[in-house]
Order: sequence, then C-alpha cells, then structure tokens
Amino acid sequence: MANTYTLIASSTVGSGGASSIDFTSIPSTYTDLVLKISCRTNSTLAYVDGKITFNGSGSSYSWRSVYGTGSATGSGNGANQASGWGVEPGTYTASTFGNAEIYIPNYAGSTNKSWSADSVNENNATGGWQFLHAGLWSSTAAITSISIADANSNNFVQYSTAYLYGVKSS
Amino acid sequence: MAAGSTYTPIATATASGSQPTITFSSISGSYTDLVLIYSAKDGTAGAEGNILISFNSDSGSNYSWTNLYGNGSAAGSTRLTNQTSIYAYCAGNTSSLEAGTFQVMNYSNTTTYKSTLNRGNVASTAVVARAGLWRSTSAITRMDLTSSSGNFASGSTFTLYGIQAA
Repeated sequence: MANTYTLIASSTVGSGGASSIDFTSIPSTYTDLVLKISCRTNSTLAYVDGKITFNGSGSSYSWRSVYGTGSATGSGNGANQASGWGVEPGTYTASTFGNAEIYIPNYAGSTNKSWSADSVNENNATGGWQFLHAGLWSSTAAITSISIADANSNNFVQYSTAYLYGVKSS
Repeated sequence: MAAGSTYTPIATATASGSQPTITFSSISGSYTDLVLIYSAKDGTAGAEGNILISFNSDSGSNYSWTNLYGNGSAAGSTRLTNQTSIYAYCAGNTSSLEAGTFQVMNYSNTTTYKSTLNRGNVASTAVVARAGLWRSTSAITRMDLTSSSGNFASGSTFTLYGIQAA
C-alpha cells in the first residue's frame, strides 16, 4: 500500500518562545503539502491572525476567509500578506492551543500556488473563532520554504507545534 | 488527516484543456471514505466556477447541497435541492488554478444515502464550504466531474484517494 503521507519535518517551540516556525529545503518530490499546526502566541489581543510566507516572499498574496465566532459570522479579505487564518491568542483559556490545517496542492509546479486552510481558536468562554480560508500566492516558483508566524509579530509560546507532510498522488 | 498508509491514491487525472468531464470509474469498494483533491479551474467566464459531480452515472434529480460562503465582506448561505449533480466550488477561467477538496463518507455502503463535504477556494472572490447529499443507497463505483461551462483548464489536476478506517 502506498505511503501517501510522509512527514517531512516537524517543529516544537521551546521554553523561550519563537517568533516564527520555519521549514526550509522542502524537497520537490511530493505532489502536495499539508501543514498541521497547534499553536498559541503571547499576544494580548482578543484575536490573532496567523501569517504564512513562502520562499521568504513578502508580496503577491491574496486571501478570502469566512468565519464564525459563536455568535456572529463574517468574511474578510486581504492582500500582500498571507494572513487571515486563526492563531490562539494569549488571552484565551490557559493551556488551550489553536489548530490549523493548511493544504497546498502542486506546490512544486509552475502555476500560481493556491492553498486551503481550516482553523479554530477554542476558548472556555462565550467566544471562539472558526475560519475557512482561501489563499493564493501569485508566483510560479516552486515552494522550497515555509514560515508561519503571528501577523502582529508576537511570539509562539512553548509547546506550539507544526508538522509538515508531503502527499504523493501515486 | 491521518498519516501513513491510511490514504491510498486511487487515480489521478490532469486536464488537457479539451475535456469537459473527468471520470473516475471502477472505484473499488475496499475503502471507508473517498477524498478528491483538486487544483483546477473550469471554463466559466469570470473568476469562479463549479465542478458538477455525479455518481454512478445518475443524472436524476437526486442531489442536494447547502452552501456556506464568505466573499471578503459578508458571509452567507444558500441551499439547492432536487439537483442533477452536486456542485463543488472551483475557479473560473480568469483565476489561477485553485485548491479544493471533496470528501464522500462511507461511500461503499448499500444502506444509507451518501453525504459529501466540499471546500472550495478562489482567493480573489470567495471561500466556500458545501455539505451535499446523493439520495441513493448504491455503493459509489463511479464519479463524473464536469465543468459547469466549457472545458477544464489545461493543467487542472484531480486526485482521488481512498481512506481506510482500519
């Protein structure tokens, strides 16, 4: 049976925190990439955007999201920064980490790079956030590195994790 | 999604630019669920389109779905019943090839109707989630993916995976 999902790399944030989680030298031998994230930041805000950066590029991103807070729904969009998916802020219930899955098909191909993200920030309170996210990096370059961070430049706290998988379609 | 050998590629197809329909046939019943991963755009003029998905060549009015969307400024929901296919959201011909998933749970059982989940993305236009239903107790052995207008763009890819629960 094919070993479809292969762990490429993982990262767990240590006691000092980290401003980003980075995956470099991503091989082009897979069809798709899947990034699974469990993280929390030291942000004092009520809501935090996660940001993803490919190949160190700071431009040519666009995204749409739809979200629910437990009491309301809404939609957002942005450009030139791949944010808009949720990261758990430090103001939420202690020891609670937000989860996200980011799927990037054909990451090594020569077309623009599209991704799909689902994320949730859970909280033992009246409000939590769920996001569905559509993203596009308008670049034909193969993705060889990925960096995730708090869009407001706060640090990931200890025990935040990210796992990068390669998916083969054959 | 689970890692390792749980996911098995069943078939993959890359559109040539002249195909209005991609077919996965003779789907084995040996898995628990199906997952379709696509990076595609159809021939619809404009930013967004749809992949019309039908099962086992059933063209009857046996499909329904509920649509949740966000267009960047507002969220909303729509519902369609008694349709001849389930619509999976995808990019239209002015967009890039964009990512989407379509899952079919318990597809090979012969007792219950078949439910589906779609996540479609067009970063310039909308993000979409759709829950669908095919009112048939037949095991799914064939999926037809049809562009809602014209042909799928060259380079559009469609990969069907089988998931085994055990």
